[in-house]
Amino acid sequence: MSRNTWKFHGGIHPPQNKQQSVSASIRQLPLPDKLILPLQQHIGAPGKVLVSVGDRVLKGQLLAQAKGFVSANLHAPSSGTVIDISDQPVQHPSGLPGKCIVIETDGKEQWCEIHPIDDYRQMDATQLLATINNAGIVGMGGAGFPSHVKIGTQQTISTLILNAVECEPYITSDDLLMRERAAEIIEGLQILAFILNPKEILVGIEDNKPEAIAAMRRAAQESTEANPGAPCAVTIVSVPTIYPSGGEKQIIQILTGKEVPSGGLPSDLGIVCHNTGTVHAIRNAVIEGKPLISRITTMTGNLVTDPGNIEVLLGTPVSHLLQHTRTSANQIHRLIMGGPMMGFSMRSTEIPIVKTSNCIIAADDQEFPDAPPEQPCIRCGACAEVCPAKLLPQQLFFYSKSKEIDKAKHYNLMDCIECGACSFVCPSQIPLVQYFRFGKGEVRKSKIETDKSDRARMRFEAHQERLEKEAAAKEEKRQQRAAANALKKEKQAKAKLEKEAAEAANPSTAASTAQESSNEPSNNDADEALETLKSNATKASKRYQQAKKALQMAEKNGADNIDKLREKILQLETKASDAKKALKEALPSPAKKIPAKSDATPNNTPKETDTSAVIAAATARVKVKKAQNALMAAEASDASQEVLEHLSTNLNTARTELEQHAPSEPTTGEAQ
Amino acid sequence: MEIFIAIAAVLGMATIFGAVLGFIAIKFRVEGNPIVDQIDSILPQTQCGQCGYPGCRPYAEAMANNDEAINHCPPGGEATIQELAELLGVEVIPLDQEHGEEQELPSVAYIREDECIGCTKCIQACPVDAILGAAKLMHTVIVDECTGCDLCVEPCPVDCIDMLPVAIEQNTWTWDKPAGVGESSVERIPVTNIQEAS
Repeated sequence: MSRNTWKFHGGIHPPQNKQQSVSASIRQLPLPDKLILPLQQHIGAPGKVLVSVGDRVLKGQLLAQAKGFVSANLHAPSSGTVIDISDQPVQHPSGLPGKCIVIETDGKEQWCEIHPIDDYRQMDATQLLATINNAGIVGMGGAGFPSHVKIGTQQTISTLILNAVECEPYITSDDLLMRERAAEIIEGLQILAFILNPKEILVGIEDNKPEAIAAMRRAAQESTEANPGAPCAVTIVSVPTIYPSGGEKQIIQILTGKEVPSGGLPSDLGIVCHNTGTVHAIRNAVIEGKPLISRITTMTGNLVTDPGNIEVLLGTPVSHLLQHTRTSANQIHRLIMGGPMMGFSMRSTEIPIVKTSNCIIAADDQEFPDAPPEQPCIRCGACAEVCPAKLLPQQLFFYSKSKEIDKAKHYNLMDCIECGACSFVCPSQIPLVQYFRFGKGEVRKSKIETDKSDRARMRFEAHQERLEKEAAAKEEKRQQRAAANALKKEKQAKAKLEKEAAEAANPSTAASTAQESSNEPSNNDADEALETLKSNATKASKRYQQAKKALQMAEKNGADNIDKLREKILQLETKASDAKKALKEALPSPAKKIPAKSDATPNNTPKETDTSAVIAAATARVKVKKAQNALMAAEASDASQEVLEHLSTNLNTARTELEQHAPSEPTTGEAQ
Repeated sequence: MEIFIAIAAVLGMATIFGAVLGFIAIKFRVEGNPIVDQIDSILPQTQCGQCGYPGCRPYAEAMANNDEAINHCPPGGEATIQELAELLGVEVIPLDQEHGEEQELPSVAYIREDECIGCTKCIQACPVDAILGAAKLMHTVIVDECTGCDLCVEPCPVDCIDMLPVAIEQNTWTWDKPAGVGESSVERIPVTNIQEAS
């Protein structure tokens, strides 16, 4: 029955203080009025909330869905109404609030529809994995790593380990769970074995829990007898009591002699390691179809009158636990979640129990007095002797304290498991773990900063490149334009020279040439002239319109300078019509020119002339209409005779224009 | 006679080594000045221009080539000066206050969106393209990409950009440094054996 075990480096023997909470069996508390469920109860991304305030939820209903691969579902631990989704104090060492779903319980404990699996052996491994994933199960030993990620490993697993060591002082939740529900734990192990198909299943239990060892051995025996065809038998291994043998890497080393490499995972060695509570939750999820909504939590500490282990619904405020274990809350000096070695002080009693809360210690200043003041390091080396990760805590302490991140990293600061063994033995009372936590935070921060500055550099370079490209494109365009202009000027100069030469040669035809040149300038010149004429015309008409508006305003307001304004308008109008006339005169010339010039392409040119004629006719028509409207408006508003006359002449010119362009149109018929 | 052999041998060796070195110098030639890259990697890449150069790389080049002082980078602060001093083999000097003061907390730009008129001036000012928006449409800052350089605040015609300190959340929080010698740590939980004590 006995199996060879190995030893890991270092380790300590802190006072156990477990006997206070083992005498009573696991009990349940009355339902609390309010359940506070933090979205972040695990390592990874917080879930996506599926309910809203006011919703009625049933026990076991999904409240928040896992977001991403490393994440976990969250379910309602009891039926009731969602009364709040907001920031609440949560189980975070920083004391920072976290987003929580708050449920007011209705006491009915009404379950939602659940799907127990009768015979998991008929199921597919992927289906079982999905069941475990849906149940929102995370590592319940304290880290809270989503279990389906560990179980869903792609590597071949040869050894499945149940970590039932529970080495930390005070905590007895796994001990009691094994004593009372050993068969269920074994069943959970068989389910995991069915999924992972390992060669062996090892259960490591510290030898300070003889009852648990006996119960587990019995259950394993019965299980083997009941299922002779089970994939592999469960071996219960009693391991020597030493802290921190419950660390994942440490229990693997104790049971298999293999060391998980720095930065590696147990699955790299073909090992998967799970906590007792986790395996029990997996069994409940598969056999009973129940998601993870409760856990066993140890209530202990010298202020607790009824210490023991409690099956508590997730989200139950610690104050509820204190009340029902008859704890003198006003004397609490330290309220600790987790064990005394790796746990942290809570700042509020309203903090809820979460998936990872294995222990609550309510202690006065006798049990947990303030730590003695830190003394200078005397370089005794005691810390290095007990470090289970074989690090040099002394060096790490110096480098963390002076923020020499690179050196601390070089001494493998990130491999520190924060077990607290070094702080425990330090004769100078140096809070080494706190220094390492600080140092690790600095390392993470510097990594984030480097990543961010690298990204900023990339973006800055891309930005510069883009600007340069834009500038280059602009420069190129400018140069092209300059070249075109130069070419044009050259041409013009040439034409001028030629003309002058011709004039000089034949002065009699000078006049006709001039005429010609004005009628038939080079294409470019004609276009340009047209452009200027057009812009002049539009400018003039714009000014006219503005002046008109001003006049209207002035008339409305009864200003004194109306006459002046009117005069100005008249001026502007003549200007505008002049400009338009000039444009009109200029317009037909290229149109006339086209048929003469391009006889070779008769298909195109008539069309072009047609279109230009049509456009001209349309513009003329619009003008007539506008002039008519203006005249009518002027008549209606009793404008002066002068203005009326002017408008009617305008109308007439517009009509003649229209007749010119479209003689067939009835121009006078609809007038007035 | 021996003296000539010796001279010939030395000359021969010198020729061979010279050839090898010359070949290596051409074959493994390093383009650019690698020290500039190293300095640039230390600088915080906010591209804020507080040092008087248009970006971090120009400042790095100035340090490498023109012996510019290493204490002109307020966003990097004390830590950057220390790293630069170590890299360049010069003495650590305090931050030049003329260029600005080191900020305790990193900050990012925040646009009060209902006040934004969509002028795109901040978009043009941003050295890392961290502002999104188009003409006459509301702009907003991509918080993850903002370096907190401040350059967008000044051009805004309606003053709708604030520099807000980055809030510490659970996933960005880190442990504080213990108080040090003579102080007792609040976080440390000394385990005592209460059975022995009582």
